[in-house]
Amino acid sequence: MVSGHIVKSFDDDLNHLVSTISEMAGLAERQLADSISAMSRRDEQLAANVIEQDKRLDDLEADIDAQVVRMLALRQPQALDLRAVLVALKISSDLERVGDYAKNVAKRTLTLMQAPVIGQATSTIVRMGSIVGGMISNVVDAYLNADVVKAQEVRARDLDVDQLHSSLFRELLTYMMEDPRNITACTHLLFIAKNIERIGDHVTNIAENVHFLVAGENIAGDRPKNDLSSSTIITVGDKTA
Amino acid sequence: MPESRINLHVKALARAVNVFYGEKQALSGINLDIPENHVTALIGPSGCGKSTFLRCLNRMNDIIDGCRVEGSITIDGADIYSKEQDVVQLRARVGMVFQKPNPFPKSIYENVAYGPRIHGMAANKKQLDDIVIDSLTRAGLINEVNDRLDAPGTSLSGGQQQRLCIARAIAVRPEMILMDEPCSALDPIATARIEELIDELRDNFTIVIVTHSMQQAARVSQRTAFFHLGELVETGATEQIFTNPRDSRTQAYITGRIG
Repeated sequence: MVSGHIVKSFDDDLNHLVSTISEMAGLAERQLADSISAMSRRDEQLAANVIEQDKRLDDLEADIDAQVVRMLALRQPQALDLRAVLVALKISSDLERVGDYAKNVAKRTLTLMQAPVIGQATSTIVRMGSIVGGMISNVVDAYLNADVVKAQEVRARDLDVDQLHSSLFRELLTYMMEDPRNITACTHLLFIAKNIERIGDHVTNIAENVHFLVAGENIAGDRPKNDLSSSTIITVGDKTA
Repeated sequence: MPESRINLHVKALARAVNVFYGEKQALSGINLDIPENHVTALIGPSGCGKSTFLRCLNRMNDIIDGCRVEGSITIDGADIYSKEQDVVQLRARVGMVFQKPNPFPKSIYENVAYGPRIHGMAANKKQLDDIVIDSLTRAGLINEVNDRLDAPGTSLSGGQQQRLCIARAIAVRPEMILMDEPCSALDPIATARIEELIDELRDNFTIVIVTHSMQQAARVSQRTAFFHLGELVETGATEQIFTNPRDSRTQAYITGRIG
């Protein structure tokens, strides 16, 4: 932050808001990592734990909502302060969604344990998860240090997640064509991969909000996109996947 | 407000304006465009020069001993500090409303009728009546005083007195109205009435308002100018000044970091 307010309790309010966001982001990052770890190790206890912990993210989001309403009403923030308050509201909403997706990964993990293991698919998902986890960690650094360059890097990184998602999509369709008994497991893996891809999108939202917070204007240029899964068709006999 | 609307007619224009009170320089190098039919808010901490600048616009500083104004201020392209400028005429064109309501110790009617009468704007009683009623209507006061136009202006409430002063200012059909903290002595309801009135008046007048309330500047103005230590630090669309000021001093002031 710039130099302090004349009314010091306003600084306390803003600091509390930032530390709540920071806590929420740490929790969301761990939820994602645990959900993927539970999937790859077929760890029922860890998956159940992720489902249980999601409530904490919901509570933190409600806490931030209350802080924001209170500050808008009592402090009437302007300029940089106004952006700080609005951006906190938006980031907390994105982080809450990250938690929802991680929880869904955990739920599907419990189902997957009753199905056969599918090829290399889980290792691709682990790679996606580790990229997205790194993005969360970097976007929080960018937020705490008002670092627009780092925010821009996070936004660019989402491209890799999209690419992995597209190739995994083709791979899983192929497994399903090879043997219909794979369909249940592959479908759940498709949703898990999609969840992680969506988490990447929410982290990209956060990166864009960090840019807005610091620069006072929206980030220039379209968001880099490379997810081809929505236009992918694989026909029987296609061996290119 | 979209920036495109700023490219309207510039009513008043200040260039390289310096103001001195004796040896002390109160304003340096002020360049400001005041667009027609807009509300321009002047904000800044006490002693920053915003009221001094406001008073330059109708030469109210002329009456202060030792006050010297340099540079150029034009209204509709004409230099208001030229030798040919009749100051009484100027103040009829550029009216003023002060911090504390200051009605004359006369009736409500006479408060409003005084200006049009001395400027010879009414040929007969009927015309004068029309001007008084019209001005009180535009000031949003008529319904509250219609049945007691002969009562003293000072018998009204503070907010009503301030609207009476606005009626008095617009009775001489000025082009600009300068307001120096017009609401600082009023309660929130009376303040809201004046702000609503300011918004209506800008259809017909160019308004410049000095206010210490940044919320008020944000609510009533389309352009905002931030003064600090005798300089004009930043001017822009009000929305831009309050969401994304370009100068760090503006940011520090409007977010409550410097007084």
